[in-house]
Amino acid sequence: MSNILQPKKVKSQSRNRRISLGVTYAILGVMSIIWLIPLIWIVLSAFRCEYQPDGTFIGTVTSNFFPRQFGLENFTKLFSGTYYGVDNAFLKWMLNTLIIAVIDCLISTFLVLSVAYCMSKLKFRLRKPFMNMAMIIGLFPGFMSMIAIYFLLKSIGLTGNPQHPEYSVIGLVLAYSAGAGLGFQIAKGFFDVIPNALVESAKLDGCTNFKIFRRIILPLAKPIIIYQALMSFTGPWMDFIFAKVIIGADNARFWTVSVGLYSMLFGTHPDTNLFTQFAAGCVIVAIPIVTLFMFLQKYYVEGVTAGAVKG
Amino acid sequence: MGSKAKKGPNKVANFFSPIGKFFWNLRRMFLGGSAGTKLSYLIFGAGNFYHKRYIKGAIFLLLQVGILLFMILCPSVNGTPYGYKALLNLGLGNLEEGGQFNPATGEFSTGSDCKLMILFGFVTIAAIVIYFIIWYKNIQSSYKADMDKKIGKKPTTIIEDLQALLDQKFHITMLTPTCIAALVFTVLPTIFMIALAFTTYNSQDMNNLGTNLFHWNGIENFKAVFTGEGSLGVEIKNRFLPVLSWTFIWAIFATLSCYFGGIILALLINKKGLKGKKIFRTVFIMTIAIPQFISLLAVRNLLGQYGPFNAMLMNLGWTSQPIGFLGLNTSDSEILAKVMVIIVNMWVGIPYTMLMTSGILMNIPADLYEAARVDGASTTKMFFKITLPYVIFITTPYLISSFVGNINSFNTIYLLTGGGPTHVGYQAGGTDLLVTWLYKVTIDQGSYNTGAVIGIFTFLITATITLITYRRSKAYNEEDTFQ
Repeated sequence: MSNILQPKKVKSQSRNRRISLGVTYAILGVMSIIWLIPLIWIVLSAFRCEYQPDGTFIGTVTSNFFPRQFGLENFTKLFSGTYYGVDNAFLKWMLNTLIIAVIDCLISTFLVLSVAYCMSKLKFRLRKPFMNMAMIIGLFPGFMSMIAIYFLLKSIGLTGNPQHPEYSVIGLVLAYSAGAGLGFQIAKGFFDVIPNALVESAKLDGCTNFKIFRRIILPLAKPIIIYQALMSFTGPWMDFIFAKVIIGADNARFWTVSVGLYSMLFGTHPDTNLFTQFAAGCVIVAIPIVTLFMFLQKYYVEGVTAGAVKG
Repeated sequence: MGSKAKKGPNKVANFFSPIGKFFWNLRRMFLGGSAGTKLSYLIFGAGNFYHKRYIKGAIFLLLQVGILLFMILCPSVNGTPYGYKALLNLGLGNLEEGGQFNPATGEFSTGSDCKLMILFGFVTIAAIVIYFIIWYKNIQSSYKADMDKKIGKKPTTIIEDLQALLDQKFHITMLTPTCIAALVFTVLPTIFMIALAFTTYNSQDMNNLGTNLFHWNGIENFKAVFTGEGSLGVEIKNRFLPVLSWTFIWAIFATLSCYFGGIILALLINKKGLKGKKIFRTVFIMTIAIPQFISLLAVRNLLGQYGPFNAMLMNLGWTSQPIGFLGLNTSDSEILAKVMVIIVNMWVGIPYTMLMTSGILMNIPADLYEAARVDGASTTKMFFKITLPYVIFITTPYLISSFVGNINSFNTIYLLTGGGPTHVGYQAGGTDLLVTWLYKVTIDQGSYNTGAVIGIFTFLITATITLITYRRSKAYNEEDTFQ
């Protein structure tokens, strides 16, 4: 308001603002570059196609950031290659991961939504104890129970089964999705925001709790459903340590893609020059996941923000 | 919930009153119930048969027969029985030495399998608990039918009971799958691992002794952390405190650096008049979307001995030899590796906080700023007096959970440094956190008991922090007023 009376100050203020905007652009630009460098490097390495003077392919990490020659050799090697005695291993790993991710996504999302709805909108005696228990269990490091889950699955033949190595995929799905219901907090925070009056009035109209859930809550819960589905679908693509332990180091046919890619760098494969193929694999894996995230960005941000506020 | 909030001397009474109520109910239902109800104390579903609710009665009876058969017949898996035999086995007495032990797979060829004995013992105990819950429910259901009859109401039919599962008892329907799944795949494994902390289950030790068997040994493993006994004892004793303190330092720095870095980034991106907000946000979200094992391994190689970063430094003449940023060699600097993981972790963590705080920043009531501006407050002052307190107030629960998350931050350490630089003779390296150490001790060395001890310590730390801060927070105490 005082600006009207002091036109000189307006001018200097707008100049200050332009300077500060410029500085902001500069900082953000530099930060963006720093954040993108490793990703750009992986993409460049994936398309690197360099040969030593004697004609052997250079597949290791090299000191040059930009490749001297580009080509698709890494991708053709990746898709046709035999790793750990498995033909077309990369395609098989991709398919395994896709199957695991889809099933895990369905089970986890269902469990999370049902628990979150109960905790948010239903009143019953064990509600608070259940929430406390879920929190306490969540504080144990996951790796502690990981080995126990392995023993458990092994004792019922769902992993390390010599007759049916494929069962370990079922075991891994169980390991991923079984505990999902305990991670209900974000979804509960979302349901808490849905006004109780809506539920109460539906009750007065004679709706059962099941009907309220199906007809009122679920349609309103689309953002959180998408968030949960996104999280549980991308989980198996991102995790490698659980998959490594549960499926087993000697069961390469049924690895997930992350275990496979990890083993290209640290494994016991005779051909150790696999960095560029690893990079090619990373590009293949990252493209669909990043695309998913970009399309569902809105829902992801909503879920993350809900998590921040509700803990 | 109001009565539960009572604190003080009532706490003990509050804890025991449900137990007293439970026995009181049992007595009341026995004395006041019909003959059918009384018979239900012995035979499940008898009361329901008495009220001609055959299906419900049959379900109860089947459950009773099923669990009793399970207890008596003792079905066995891989030669290890369930049922009453599993309870006897829990003592780990009368063990039978098996054939050869294969350290590569951690499996026994034959003979007693101690770990399965413990596991199945716990499953059997769970079955007994479930048996008594069903027993109580069966009495309750029969007694309720008695009471309905008394006041002239028809006892509920099976159809009505099923309908109730979709309405008044909908929470049972909704929670059962999660409860079963969590019990089997989360609670049971956790209890099992806690139990292993009290055993001699260390495949190296067992291998040296030429045995496949292990025993209970009380709190010996916990003592070994401080006295240094046992095969891993010296290592545990010498490395426990350094790893513990580094875990804390790491968690504090990692949490605060990402937190404030994220807030600053959010402020920059949300600056008034800035164009291309969406592009900048997308860049940072992209780093979240890319699986961590990809981005972290990329950074590891980028900064590695033969990577482009070291090559660049050498070309510039800033260093004559590649610098071991990530402590991948034993001779590398530990301090440098520690600083580097915190810096790289900022790369991982700042976008998350940025996303979270962006939404909150936009929700700060505009009149707060307006009022401050009228009072002549500077931009800096407004940031420290309005923006920061507001954001911190709202995100306190996140701050706590991210602190706990950082204590358990496995991926960053394992993928970047692998815990290195490793000390000569010790498994736990300079950047190892309790969790990565736990992983090494358990998976790499097969020392399940020591791993479990480390896990329990980690749990105690995170639980203490969470309980103290979280239970005091508004979000928890006013949880049901929020709805």
